[in-house]
Amino acid sequence: MRRIMSVLVENKAGVLARTSGLFARRGFNIESLAVGETEDPTVSRMTIVVNGDERMIEQVEKQLNKQIDVIKVKTLEIDTSTRRELVLIKINAAQQNRGEIIDICQIMKAKIVDMSHTTLTVELCDRPERCNLLLEMLTSYGVAELARTGMVALQKGSEAIALKK
Amino acid sequence: MMMTGAQAMVKCLEAERVSLLFGYPGAAICPFYDSLAESSIRHILPRNEQNAGHAASGYARMTGKPAVCVATSGPGATNLFTAIATAYMDSIPLVVITGQVSSELLGRDVFQEVDTTGAAEPFTKYSYLVKDAAEIPRVFKEAFYIASTGRKGPVLIDMPVDIQRQLLEFRYPEKVDIRGYKPCSKGHPMQIRRVAEAIKTAKRPLLCVGGGVFAAGAQDAVRTLCEQCSLPVVATMMGLGVLPTGHPLYIGMLGQSGSEAANRAVEQSDLLILIGARAGDRAVASPQTLEAMTTVVHIDIDAAEIGKNLGTTIPLVGDAARVAEQLVEQHPVGEWRKWLEWLEARRAEARRPDAPVKDGYIDPNAFIRLLSERMEDDAIYVSDVGENQIWSARNVRIRSGRFLTTGGMGTMGYALPASIGAKLAAPEKQVVTVCGDGAFQMAMMELATANQHHVPVKLVVMQNGCLGLVREIQQNQYRGREVAVCLDGSPDISGIAAAYGIPSARIRSMDEAEQAIDTLLDGERSFVLVCMVDPREGTGQEAAV
Repeated sequence: MRRIMSVLVENKAGVLARTSGLFARRGFNIESLAVGETEDPTVSRMTIVVNGDERMIEQVEKQLNKQIDVIKVKTLEIDTSTRRELVLIKINAAQQNRGEIIDICQIMKAKIVDMSHTTLTVELCDRPERCNLLLEMLTSYGVAELARTGMVALQKGSEAIALKK
Repeated sequence: MMMTGAQAMVKCLEAERVSLLFGYPGAAICPFYDSLAESSIRHILPRNEQNAGHAASGYARMTGKPAVCVATSGPGATNLFTAIATAYMDSIPLVVITGQVSSELLGRDVFQEVDTTGAAEPFTKYSYLVKDAAEIPRVFKEAFYIASTGRKGPVLIDMPVDIQRQLLEFRYPEKVDIRGYKPCSKGHPMQIRRVAEAIKTAKRPLLCVGGGVFAAGAQDAVRTLCEQCSLPVVATMMGLGVLPTGHPLYIGMLGQSGSEAANRAVEQSDLLILIGARAGDRAVASPQTLEAMTTVVHIDIDAAEIGKNLGTTIPLVGDAARVAEQLVEQHPVGEWRKWLEWLEARRAEARRPDAPVKDGYIDPNAFIRLLSERMEDDAIYVSDVGENQIWSARNVRIRSGRFLTTGGMGTMGYALPASIGAKLAAPEKQVVTVCGDGAFQMAMMELATANQHHVPVKLVVMQNGCLGLVREIQQNQYRGREVAVCLDGSPDISGIAAAYGIPSARIRSMDEAEQAIDTLLDGERSFVLVCMVDPREGTGQEAAV
């Protein structure tokens, strides 16, 4: 079972280490972790994608809530949240392949953001599964380098996570 | 009022009504020690930082409030870690203050530098690295609050030496507001009703009490609950003494080292109510079997404990005392006289005579029963780790006193320093320490601390010349090949006691026991009683590791 956890934490030194350390210590598997400041500069949002059974997910949520620096934990459902990930892919693009690569990028609505005589760098900001699809389509040309941000997500609609525990 | 960081640290401790602390000085904490000279706070100097932490643990367990221990940077801090981790596992409130190298040198691997907060992270409830003296009052206020509320535990404050010298305007905050930390104490009314209903309809209910009951100061409330509802009780090792050993509703200790009656009670129950117990592996060996057989109610202040080890039917988050009171208000009484009779029969069966011991040796089981019977009603019995812990937990007779041991970490060498702390917290009470000859040699330097600070220590050393519990494991699981468990080369324990100016005696038979115990317990003076135990004498348990 894959779950997205949106975790509001104090924006101060050591919090990321504490939180990620918790996952390692308790044997929880993180698929991705993205962190950044929120509308309130004293608060950061960690978006953590975890994989595990129901009991483990419940433990993750409880252990996160137990952390003094964690202000709020919310588990987001895939169909009721807006999810995005940014990928940058540097592809080996020989002259004869460029046309095909550009076609794929157009279909996937990916942008070509840099190029050299031998490579193209493609950017896509989309749902993680779309990012995976693009990557799959481009792998055969030879990926020279890949960078992914990990998923960030917000719940759909007007509801927001209140800053109270 | 302007003052240095070090003066502010002392002022904070005074504001928290700390009258005594345990510590070991060093260069990086010297400004604090210098300011301590101006305070009436009493300083106790254990002979190793680890023992300062254990002594603070014993002190905290008797006062119920956070105890303070102090060490310097680097090795001072790392020596403390075993004690911090021990307190963390047993949910003991400590405020740990460590010196640190100058803040501008942090991360440069200078002399006696270690990343104290980073290294201690997995076994502290929270920690602070203070980088501005102006934060000291808030940090201390928060540290005491966090350590003593919710699930209690150790909080560490790392204080760079330059911050201790920095000037600040001191004002101690009156309130704490940590937005990510709002511990609840009252149980949810709907869950309370569900639990009450489950008790009323149960045929074979059983209450399992753990160390959390003491942490919450809930002994009276829990006792009222079980007496008013006629709920039979089993205890984890950390929960021993919630009910007196001879209480008609008390069945015994459960788990690997526990009594057969208690374990059968757990197996046969149709409703198991855990309160302040985390169903650790030594208490509940096969949680999957148990959760399939019985309805589990889990009451704990720490929501993360519920469902962690044992699947739970009805979770109830709250303070043990508050929840017990809330449950009593529901008056959940049912019909289970047959169950109580059945339990009483199992309890009677369990009173089997001990196997005879060889001549020239003490029977540790009989000795502990005799010792605890002759101790004062409200005495504190502190046990170490190893065979002596199991013999103690099984045989100790507790009336209104306490049984202190480290159930979670199983830290050898805990008992002597912890009992010094306990005696300092409750000087009017009789404190008796029991350890083996292995642990004695880990902690014997603390006899000096007892002398220096006039703390009478009544120490029983069960001497069998080996690391008995490890030897048992090697016997049972490693084809009897004994490796590194022989303590040859050990000193004459009476000679060690004499070197510290402490009288002692050595006994080799139960005929001598009564008189020796009376001598041990007599008066407010230290005494060391060495009991010769057969190295082949075991605990008889299937040691699982």
